[in-house]
Amino acid sequence: MEKVTNDTIKHVATLAQLEFSEEELAKFTSQMRKILEMAEELQAVDTTGVEETVQVVDRDTVFREDVPEKWQTREEMLKNVPDKSNGFVKVPVIIDKDDNQ
Amino acid sequence: MNFTSTIGLEVHFELKTKSKIFSPSPVTYGAKPNTETNVIDWGYPGTLPMVNKEVYRLGLMVALATHSHINPVTHFDRKNYFYPDNPKAYQITQFFKPLAENGYVEVEVHGKKKKIHIHEMHIEEDAGKNTHGTNGFSYVDYNRQGVPLLEVVSEPEMTDPDEAVAYLEKLREIVQFTGASDVKMEEGSMRIDTNISIRPAGQKELGTKVEMKNLNSFEHVRLSLAYEQKRQQEILLSGGRVRLSTRRFDTNTGKTVLERVKEGDADYRYFPEPDLPPYHIKQEWVDEIAANLPKTADERRKIYVDEYGLKPYDANVLLQNKESSDFFDATVAAGADPQQAANWMNTQVNGYLNEKHAELKDIALTPENLAAMIKLISDGTISSKIAKKVFAETVANGTDPKKYVEENGMAQLSDESVLAPMVKEVVDANPQSVEDYKNGKDRAIGFLVGQIMKQTRGKANPKVINKLLLADLASR
Repeated sequence: MEKVTNDTIKHVATLAQLEFSEEELAKFTSQMRKILEMAEELQAVDTTGVEETVQVVDRDTVFREDVPEKWQTREEMLKNVPDKSNGFVKVPVIIDKDDNQ
Repeated sequence: MNFTSTIGLEVHFELKTKSKIFSPSPVTYGAKPNTETNVIDWGYPGTLPMVNKEVYRLGLMVALATHSHINPVTHFDRKNYFYPDNPKAYQITQFFKPLAENGYVEVEVHGKKKKIHIHEMHIEEDAGKNTHGTNGFSYVDYNRQGVPLLEVVSEPEMTDPDEAVAYLEKLREIVQFTGASDVKMEEGSMRIDTNISIRPAGQKELGTKVEMKNLNSFEHVRLSLAYEQKRQQEILLSGGRVRLSTRRFDTNTGKTVLERVKEGDADYRYFPEPDLPPYHIKQEWVDEIAANLPKTADERRKIYVDEYGLKPYDANVLLQNKESSDFFDATVAAGADPQQAANWMNTQVNGYLNEKHAELKDIALTPENLAAMIKLISDGTISSKIAKKVFAETVANGTDPKKYVEENGMAQLSDESVLAPMVKEVVDANPQSVEDYKNGKDRAIGFLVGQIMKQTRGKANPKVINKLLLADLASR
């Protein structure tokens, strides 16, 4: 597995819109490294013949019928919105939608 | 130096469901902002998404109609990004195991048939709508958050703008005739992103691609791709390098404008959606959907032209959208002569729709009434002149044509036993006209017909009158 460095943490922090001090970066880098090392221990398990999965729940193919229902009103939904205007949620303008780098 | 263009297209279709993909919020176009959202759409803690079965069914119809391989095991994935149009900070999509792969549509460009392959298609949720204000703020409406989308990704194998547009037209037609989507670009139920790169002819390695998002019309797709071909060629010819970037088509200047330079692909940290189970698609369900797939536009065109004898042009006008074709089919099924039904649909009905800026589903006309009216004309009950009045009434108010004609005494008089004595009477009363007729003045006939029409207040069947009149005159 790729080694976790300061830069890895910096990149992930940027993606999560978080800002860390140099001190915090160093701390999280070492913590994250340990977590991943722990996870890597799982590699020791022999998985020969075990089918790959992306889910650990025992539910499968659960559908809802296409029946519309009104749950919350606009007033209820906007209750927790800090800034609103004419029924819209008001936010600062952010142009670069895909610019996650 | 000659260049080869490589074009790939990503098309989003809004699937026509009554509720959202992961929540039961209603989906209505044009609803007041934020009135059709709930706690699942907003990703409130403690809520769980649940997949709308209809989304799969509609997606599978498109997969079948494009000859795609349907994946028996699918699952959803999270695409993580921060933007105010999505309150959850992630979009649920299908990244690793999409609905279907390896499909194709067949197009005809420059007189040649070509298969354009579909790389994959997947279902996902739409995001809310951001309106940028001029005061440094944006205004967000989450009604669109969670509206089901089908994204169809082509292989990058189109080589010129005409091919790209031909692919889009065919794909739109196919999707529209499955009934899975409204495919209205002006309402955003069909949205197009393009990718184009160029390379010197003969070079294997693809050039650097430029992406253009949310093109508004097929014409804009054509113009923007043509502009990019030229722009990128000029850069390469002058020894420059095309930058991996997103550009926007400026409709005023007809040029593309740089929006943003990209440094590698965005990092969305995709991972399998933990809130949803995997979806196994049973072959029996696929077979059932396949068996009930509506007729494609091509199949309908064949029936219209080969069986009904319509001109290809008339058939294509009927096939402009599924509603019109369905309406025509229902009119024929209700007993109307296909040629007559096509004539009325393509002239009077379309004229009425254009005048009212309306669609077939908004107006009072029913296929049954249109068929009934056409039958009244063909069996001689009403004249084509009266038919115009009957049409105006039934199209505006949904009135039953037969009842309307009866109640208003509009039926033509075709009964010879009633008309013959009237003809005799008129001829007897106009000896001068008889004289004129015998002297070769055909105009006299017109005068006599006019007299009979006057007596019957325009209701006499002109064909019957003519026949009776000629017979009467010949006997004198």
